[in-house]
Amino acid sequence: MEILMLHRLKEKITPTDVLMWLIGGVILALIIWGSTATLTAGRYTSHHWFDFIIFGLAQGSIYALIAMGYTIVYGTMRMINFAHSEVFMSGPYTAYFAAAFFYSSGFLDRQPIISLVVIFLVSMAVSTLIAVLLERIAYRPLRGAPRLVPLITAIGASFFLQYTFRGLYGSGFQAYPVVKILEGEWMIGAFRILKFQGVVIVAAALLMGALYSFVQRSRIGKATRAVSEDKEASSLMGIDIDRMIVTTFVIGGMAAGAAGVLYALMFKQVHFFMGFIPGIKAFTAAVLGGIGNIPGAMLGGIFLGLVESIGPSLFLDGLGIVAPYQLKDAIAFIMLVLILIFRPTGIMGERLAVKKA
Amino acid sequence: MKRIFIPFLVILIIAALAVVSAPAQTKKEAFKYEDPVGVVKIKKGDPIHIACWMVVAGPDASLGIDTKRGVEIAIDDKGGKILGYPIKLSVQDTGCNAEGGQTAATKLAADPTIVAAVGSNCSSEAKPGAPILWKAGIATVSPSNTAPYLTDPKRGAEYDGYLRTAHNDKVQGAVAAEFAIKKLKINKAATIHDGSVYAEQLQAVFAETFKKLGGTITSQEAVAPTDTDMRPVLTKISTGKPEFIYYPIFIAAGGHITRQVKEVKGLEKVSLMGADGIFSTDFYKAASETAVGMYHSSPDFSAFAAGYKDFLEKHQKKYGEKPLAPFHAHGYDAAMMIFAAIEKVGKKGPDGTLYIGRKKLRDTLYATKNFKGLTGNLTCDKYGDCADPRIAVYKTTEENVKKLVMPDEPFWKPAAPEAKPPAKKTPAKK
Repeated sequence: MEILMLHRLKEKITPTDVLMWLIGGVILALIIWGSTATLTAGRYTSHHWFDFIIFGLAQGSIYALIAMGYTIVYGTMRMINFAHSEVFMSGPYTAYFAAAFFYSSGFLDRQPIISLVVIFLVSMAVSTLIAVLLERIAYRPLRGAPRLVPLITAIGASFFLQYTFRGLYGSGFQAYPVVKILEGEWMIGAFRILKFQGVVIVAAALLMGALYSFVQRSRIGKATRAVSEDKEASSLMGIDIDRMIVTTFVIGGMAAGAAGVLYALMFKQVHFFMGFIPGIKAFTAAVLGGIGNIPGAMLGGIFLGLVESIGPSLFLDGLGIVAPYQLKDAIAFIMLVLILIFRPTGIMGERLAVKKA
Repeated sequence: MKRIFIPFLVILIIAALAVVSAPAQTKKEAFKYEDPVGVVKIKKGDPIHIACWMVVAGPDASLGIDTKRGVEIAIDDKGGKILGYPIKLSVQDTGCNAEGGQTAATKLAADPTIVAAVGSNCSSEAKPGAPILWKAGIATVSPSNTAPYLTDPKRGAEYDGYLRTAHNDKVQGAVAAEFAIKKLKINKAATIHDGSVYAEQLQAVFAETFKKLGGTITSQEAVAPTDTDMRPVLTKISTGKPEFIYYPIFIAAGGHITRQVKEVKGLEKVSLMGADGIFSTDFYKAASETAVGMYHSSPDFSAFAAGYKDFLEKHQKKYGEKPLAPFHAHGYDAAMMIFAAIEKVGKKGPDGTLYIGRKKLRDTLYATKNFKGLTGNLTCDKYGDCADPRIAVYKTTEENVKKLVMPDEPFWKPAAPEAKPPAKKTPAKK
């Protein structure tokens, strides 16, 4: 009996699996070794770790918002919207002009909250517009095409948007003005957190919560999820497929536009190429959390942000590697590999359309 | 029958082409002009093509635009002509990274009309780019590469076509370290580089000199040039409690670091110093008020020749603003050096065609001695360092940031080294 079970087990496990587990095991061992070494060396106090965590959460929230766009579209259309990084860029870059106008006219100082709300709205509107245009012009005509075709179209659309914005706004960068009410810090017990980081984390959390409950609770959200499950059955039930797909793009666009303003407020520099790297990282985050899964995207984004922030200090410092922050991208992607080795469907599991679009 | 017909036809056509082109090859030129590397033939009325490979787009565009303007003013000063032939200037963007340098150099190398090149801006571009250009016989004079590696005796023969009018960072790093120890009187410093050849080598020189003068380096960190969140790195640096951070990098990353330093606990009172890569008005845009009070090491403008004032006037008249970055005068000098060399080397044939030998051009450039440029007396050594390097330290004031204008007067200058007569060459050769 036992021999039979062993035999069955042997058939299921291939040499590739063993190799992957070996690799995963080695990486895990290095991580544990590095972390213990760093923590026992005691170079960083709890204040430092708290700082690292807050930086990671702030950065991660932005990744999470962008990742929502990737995951929703993939869940419905089984297509990676590579142009989403440009949707992310178009919002804040356009809203920059509103911000600059408010700043120079002094409105930003007098009515900071109203001006911030306006900047957010402008950014979200522009990003949503670009997303909807993308869907209409680039993706809808290719609805029935083999999978590679929309992929290439997405890449082409991405380049097109980048260079259009470069042509419109110039190839240099613009710097967002400083918003005075976001300067300074808050104290949480003995730990301090910078005001704008707190704002970014809270705003992102609220937005993600709002969009998630929209998708889960509202009728349109339910319809969107139905389309995501099974397109033909949904259309038989009377749901307008086109409209639901546009809705997914709208949700993704709004999240990206908001993420864009948060990014611009944190880093101040906007330029036509700024979407590329956050876009790739956010897509990675979406895969990490389980592609097609909205809470997964949020979790993946935050996880990625935390790893980038804490990883180099925690893992590499202990291993004695010099200038570890140069390798932070390497760490982030190695974590991706690690998680996919042990859980190929991502942390929270894939949730894809049963039938392809 | 058909099967052998087609190959037979192909062979016939090839033979016909060979016969037709053969007479063209045997037609000898009565006027002989030979050069081991290659000859550029410029017909009467055709332009002399000088190419610029610089960073003219992206966050570091101010560096390239600034040097390009230096070259353009040089062309104007020459009346747009050398030896009666008009000068044509073309520009390739290099993006301030190795891939961009390689791409731009490959594009230029494929163009046989290019006589010489001015560039690049970033040392990381020149590393792959200069050998590609010299393989095609194009000599290049850089106005702003400063990494010691490019003129090191061990650099390799593929860099034989490379020279520069910019200073060597061995000087800049040492001046920055001297400034920190002697003027600011600090003992603990940290450095940040961005993985590029320029930044990595410059901070290494700084660290070496700093340690030699008795200071301690608390940490030497690195970021990627496209990184935006510098707070984790700065937090790590703060654990070493430095009093001074030297970050000789470029505008995008430099701007982020400057903005975020004061937010990190423990680094509020730290003195900041950057180098010539961020001595630019675009950097003031990126960092805005957070740049006030920081220092920069950069070419000493007050030590430039008298002609520099006229240059500034011409610049203001032509472009309506003051220079954006520190290397415009070096760009001017690089262009002028090339023009002077072309004038020496170019020979007019009987039919009015201008012949320029590539190796001769390169040798003439290397033989530049006591060339009176805007940046000083240029004399090229065996490995392409032509500059008369004088570095000073500048301090940024509120005025500078508000008006987006670089500081004019140096804040501190190193003690003048013993004046050595520039033309004297040590008689004992290695």
